[in-house]
Amino acid sequence: MLRFIARRILIAIPTIIIVSVLVFTLQQLLPGDPVLTMAGEERDPEVLAFLREKYRLNDPVPIQYFAWIGQVLQGNLGISLRTDIPVLTLILGKLPVTLELAIFAMIIALAIGIPTGIVSAVKKGTSVDYAANVVALSGLSIPNFWLGILLIMLVSVRWQLLPASGFVPPSEDLWLNIKTMIMPAFVLGTGLAASLMRHTRSAMLGVLRSDYIRTARAKGLISRVVIMKHALRNALIPIITLSTLLFGELLAGAVLTEQIFTIPGFGKLVVDAVFNRDYAVVQGVVLCTAVGFIIMNLLADILYVLVNPRLRHAQ
Amino acid sequence: MTIAIADDLVLPRKRNRILSKFLGNRSAMMGAGLVLFFIVIAVLAPLIAPHDPIKPSFSTIRKAPSAIFWFGTDELGRDVFSRMVIGARASLMAGVVSVAIAVLLGVPFGLISGYFGGWIDATISRSTEAMLAIPFLIFAIALAAFLGPSLTNAMIAIGLSAMPIFVRLTRGQVLTIKAEDYVEGARAIGLPNFWIILRYILPNVLPPILVQATLTVATAIIAEASLSFLGLGQQPPNPSWGSMLNTAKNFMSQAPWMSFFPGSAIFLIVLGFNLFGDGLRDALDPREN
Repeated sequence: MLRFIARRILIAIPTIIIVSVLVFTLQQLLPGDPVLTMAGEERDPEVLAFLREKYRLNDPVPIQYFAWIGQVLQGNLGISLRTDIPVLTLILGKLPVTLELAIFAMIIALAIGIPTGIVSAVKKGTSVDYAANVVALSGLSIPNFWLGILLIMLVSVRWQLLPASGFVPPSEDLWLNIKTMIMPAFVLGTGLAASLMRHTRSAMLGVLRSDYIRTARAKGLISRVVIMKHALRNALIPIITLSTLLFGELLAGAVLTEQIFTIPGFGKLVVDAVFNRDYAVVQGVVLCTAVGFIIMNLLADILYVLVNPRLRHAQ
Repeated sequence: MTIAIADDLVLPRKRNRILSKFLGNRSAMMGAGLVLFFIVIAVLAPLIAPHDPIKPSFSTIRKAPSAIFWFGTDELGRDVFSRMVIGARASLMAGVVSVAIAVLLGVPFGLISGYFGGWIDATISRSTEAMLAIPFLIFAIALAAFLGPSLTNAMIAIGLSAMPIFVRLTRGQVLTIKAEDYVEGARAIGLPNFWIILRYILPNVLPPILVQATLTVATAIIAEASLSFLGLGQQPPNPSWGSMLNTAKNFMSQAPWMSFFPGSAIFLIVLGFNLFGDGLRDALDPREN
């Protein structure tokens, strides 16, 4: 098992290196002279020369990359041009908010997606299955920012049940924190719930067709035990790993959700940085998200082996 | 000779079976209908739009839907229906063009990676994994940010972000197909690699790519709407459904129609492509046949 984990980590290293090259290359896409973009209104040749020297823009591109990655490896993702705060500090400050939102959304998605997927597979071909599929496909097709707008119009503006926007840290007021998070988490979790439902249904259908389920039924076990104990346990194996992978998607989805509900998280940070032309922050966020995603991928692989006895013994 | 005749008889029959399976799938047909409906609207947009979609009219600001303005007017008095009809072009074009970019770049890389293997495959595969590690929307936002906000750059950003899906899919298909006897045979008689890929491998990888492309158009339309919603796609005053929603979010209580109609349009067109793609996948799946 340890050898498997070590091998997976070794495979992840070149991917992380290529990600870093990609993120660095983003800077090269800036049209025109990057120093002019960074300097804004400032056109003093001395300032421009200073910036060129500071960001090593006179050096060849590969040297610039190695200088940049050297700093990144020491935890220095650069300084925000707008706020003068280190990018890593900014990201670490916003991350807990987004993580809370993503965890809430994941709980909602699992609570909706898995039971619906099971019922849909067990009732395959019935109107229940058809309805569940229609709802799932609608969940996948609805843009989450529009769903957010609709919910704000109904739940906050018309019924005045929940706050339309804003964020209160749980340490300040836990109940208000939950109230502000319910709607954004639901909006973020909907697409994921639909995706989980479809995967659970397909995994359950595959398992329900297998020989050991037929044997369990032939033994005279009641249907509930066959489904919950024999089928679900095996069907859940790919779902667990999929949920880990989808967590990365949640971070991306949070960009729009945070924008609509004015939540000061990771996603809002990147959008604000884009409009402020704060490129170091954009690069930092992309790099952190990608590395986070690679780590989640690694965890998913390890989890897959851990929960699957056949693979565990094969290692 | 016998084989050729048998092929001639079997292939049209198989094609007919796929077609009849697709035509018999009600959801798929509904999806195809929705897609066709929006294509017709996009093509005939200038003829359908009853008002100028760009020129402000300060006497008709935020009017509710009526016989004159079917979907109401926006914060500058422009007809929402006309803007939506013209906006259909931006959405559909973004979906199709970005997927075309993704396919045209991704499929050749996937073919080369799967067919030649070795260090070429390792390099392309690791690069694909690296690109897939960056969540689709974050990558598209970052690219659009660095390239500059415009519909063209949004399409390039979405296309590049979607490309790795096609590299991986094509590579996987090639690995299966290149072990087939007819490819081995083609190699044995000394046909050049380029010809083998073009004549024997590409046609066999196309069906799953077609399905994926249809489903990716749906994702690309949502991505374009998301970028435009954030202000990184279509720029004012030109309309796109995403940018219309961006403005509409500031008038949620005063003018709910401004967000209801463009959002519904995005939902319906994405649903259409998803239903169409699902139907296509079921019809082309040999296990289902």
